[in-house]
Amino acid sequence: MSYCKQEGKDRIIFVTKEDHEAPSNAELIADDPNDPYEEHGLILPNGDVNWNCPCLGGMASGPCGSQFKEAFSCFHYSKEEVKGSECIDHFRDMQECMQRYPELYPQDDETDSSSQEAESRSALPTEKDSTAATSTAEAAVSADGTSPTDEQTAS
Amino acid sequence: MLKCRTVWRTLAPLARTSSTVCRQNARRAGLNNGRLPACVPAAHMSTAPAGGGRENQLYVLLVGATCVGGAIYAYRTVKGDSQRYQDRIDEISSRPLKTFTEEPATPTQSEPPAAPSPAEPSPPAPDAEILAPIETADLPSADEPAVEASPQEAAEPAAALIVEEEPPAAEPAEARPGVVAEGHIQGYLVTLVTTILPEPSPPSEPTPAELTEPVADSESPAAESAAAAKPAEPQLEAVTESGDASPASHKVSSHTPYLLIGGGTASFAAARSIRARDPGARVLIVTDELVPPYMRPPLSKELWFSDDPSVTETLRFKQWNGKERSIYFQPPSFYINAEELGSAENGGVAVLTGKKVVHMDVRGNKIKLDDDTEISYDKCLIATGGVPRNLQVIERAGEEVMKRTTLFRKVEDFKSLDKVSRNVKSITIIGGGFLGSELACALGRRSTESDLEVIQMYPEKGNMGKVLPEYLSNWTTEKVKKEGVKIISEALVKSVVSKDDKLEIQLKDGRLVKTDHIVAAVGLEPNVDLAKSAGLEVDSDFGGFRVNAELQARSNIWVAGDAACFYDIRLGRRRVEHHDHAVVSGRLAGENMTGANKPYWHQSMFWSDLGPDVGYEAIGIVDSSLPTVGVFAKATAKDTPKAATEESGTGIRSESETEHTASSPVASSAPSPTGVQHKDEYGKGVIFYLRDKVVVGIILWNVFNRMPIARKIIKDGEEHADLNEVAKLFNIHDD
Repeated sequence: MSYCKQEGKDRIIFVTKEDHEAPSNAELIADDPNDPYEEHGLILPNGDVNWNCPCLGGMASGPCGSQFKEAFSCFHYSKEEVKGSECIDHFRDMQECMQRYPELYPQDDETDSSSQEAESRSALPTEKDSTAATSTAEAAVSADGTSPTDEQTAS
Repeated sequence: MLKCRTVWRTLAPLARTSSTVCRQNARRAGLNNGRLPACVPAAHMSTAPAGGGRENQLYVLLVGATCVGGAIYAYRTVKGDSQRYQDRIDEISSRPLKTFTEEPATPTQSEPPAAPSPAEPSPPAPDAEILAPIETADLPSADEPAVEASPQEAAEPAAALIVEEEPPAAEPAEARPGVVAEGHIQGYLVTLVTTILPEPSPPSEPTPAELTEPVADSESPAAESAAAAKPAEPQLEAVTESGDASPASHKVSSHTPYLLIGGGTASFAAARSIRARDPGARVLIVTDELVPPYMRPPLSKELWFSDDPSVTETLRFKQWNGKERSIYFQPPSFYINAEELGSAENGGVAVLTGKKVVHMDVRGNKIKLDDDTEISYDKCLIATGGVPRNLQVIERAGEEVMKRTTLFRKVEDFKSLDKVSRNVKSITIIGGGFLGSELACALGRRSTESDLEVIQMYPEKGNMGKVLPEYLSNWTTEKVKKEGVKIISEALVKSVVSKDDKLEIQLKDGRLVKTDHIVAAVGLEPNVDLAKSAGLEVDSDFGGFRVNAELQARSNIWVAGDAACFYDIRLGRRRVEHHDHAVVSGRLAGENMTGANKPYWHQSMFWSDLGPDVGYEAIGIVDSSLPTVGVFAKATAKDTPKAATEESGTGIRSESETEHTASSPVASSAPSPTGVQHKDEYGKGVIFYLRDKVVVGIILWNVFNRMPIARKIIKDGEEHADLNEVAKLFNIHDD
């Protein structure tokens, strides 16, 4: 069983696993998905891409940022059967640009597939955008090995 | 005499009546705020009792006339002044506009009107007058390219217009368009000069040629740093020949849409945010450091644990999982040259290193560097961070002591301390907070390999005494001791002297500590040097620039990072000196600079590791003076910082959230802890900090990847009756 002690103004509780087995009755306020103040994941509530998402690392803001944005937007709004199939040119431009900065964009094939992978996962409801963020983040981080420390909200 | 009395007698009832009338009027008009409208007796005389007479009327007339006269005079003066001002502005703005016929409003067009205000108090007319014949030829023509949006277009029309205006100056001018293509030129000097004098007269050939170079060179935003210095010389000389000592204000300045003062974490985060939201944005970072933006946490943690002997050069650190990264946010190829900023097709981020901003002119929207270069901006971010505080006793102790003292903050401090630690026998760290404790642990680790003695002294009772509740602080101190650190707690330094090549630290309670080198980690002084010239408010409670919830100090000025004392909607006004806060606030400032208007809402977190066994993440207000409630379980082998980073694949804890958010409970392979914790083993748990029964801060003690839940609890700001129930949300027993 748990026990509790008080040291001045500080209270200390020790709990066992069994003590914490029962689900919590603490109430949390439901989140408003349209809260304008909240940080958003990869996809904004209105369906646009959040270029400032930490999950993208430096992709949208680096020297190849505009190419990346074009390619990714094209992909994002693509309604083709094979999503993004009409965006090949944009992706090629992006890749050409990235090849000019090998230091920033270490050349794996990940850069291309990462965006598509992220897209497919971001089709899930926004609450799960942390997952989308995870995959893009992983890709972004590995592709751009020096990504800064950004934090992703997942609430 | 008699008259006076009569006057008084007639006035008294009058006054009474008028005041009654006033009050009645006030009530009727609803102005019941306790103040009566200014009742000029004259105004109510129309209701005066019939008892008034000739004298009465005369009196009334006099008073009335005086008041009206005074009012008219005041009104005229004010009107006249503003009219004069307006005339001045119009005249000035009409001049540059006369010289070119085209062009959409570009940022620089707003400069001529703004410029006169600083221009007016500037150098005295005589100087300008003498200089004018030399300058005006160039400057009006120089002004044209300023307004050109596209550099290519500038070439033709600029040359054409220049030719129109000043045939003699045409030759050098035509040679310039190519160079002119770079950046914009501030019309500041133009307007200063052209206000004083009429249209320029054709100058002599050599002088425009001479000045062609300085003007062309200083057009580029960054080239001015070196180039302007040199051309300024010949320029000054030319001027002095004419028998005049020209002030430095005649350096030509340039313009950037986004100016970020300071090259640290907050600044970089803002740059990234701006670039993400404003396509093609041109961002200029000005820093007095000599290196591009980098992150600080590894300087007191990971870099010390690196096996690489060349770590002080590469500044790369290997994280626990083997993944390596540099402390620099981006390699140098990410940034573009400051000279190219104006012409880069898709904009970019340029870093001007080794330059300090010494003056900020808010009205004129420009700053001045220590080399007298001026840069104007549209939006500015101040992210100047701070400088490490020093102990007064050390400052007063003389050079021998200062030579052996490190104030740790920058890369160069890391490099020097690393070298010192290999060459001395004893290092003393003064300060028991985050930096002091982390450095103590890092050096303590090193002491196991060499015979380095590491001492840590502080006035509190235990490490992190101002952050952790006492029981936890004591527990932490024991852990730090295990890392090989000699702890001297409740130590107040009385004096430090240098004796026989060693330092002797005398404590107030009489103890004497002999050491070779001191590291002072006693806090950070926010850098508010620009507050005076910029007219920005400095907070007296927390220090730093006072900004609102949107991080704005004034209309075009934002502040982020360590230097910002901001209003947190949830937790109140505060100033936070942590890495993640710099990232979050920098990003927010960048968003607001591009029009977002979002308040500080996403709570930043911080973390610390004290050796491989003790690590925690925290969020909100974590002050040991607040009442706390701690809920603990016994830690298994999996609950260490090392395990956390291995799992998430990153050493920067705030990033682990991005990588791997609140994990679903995983069955722990170790047997579940049974029985009661009789021994006070604070292996892992959650500590809630309360203010008026509301949770304002949470520490996750050896419990990782649960930050989103903690953030949510603080965001809600609810009063929870049983915090044990809240603690259940964290699944502390699980992995």
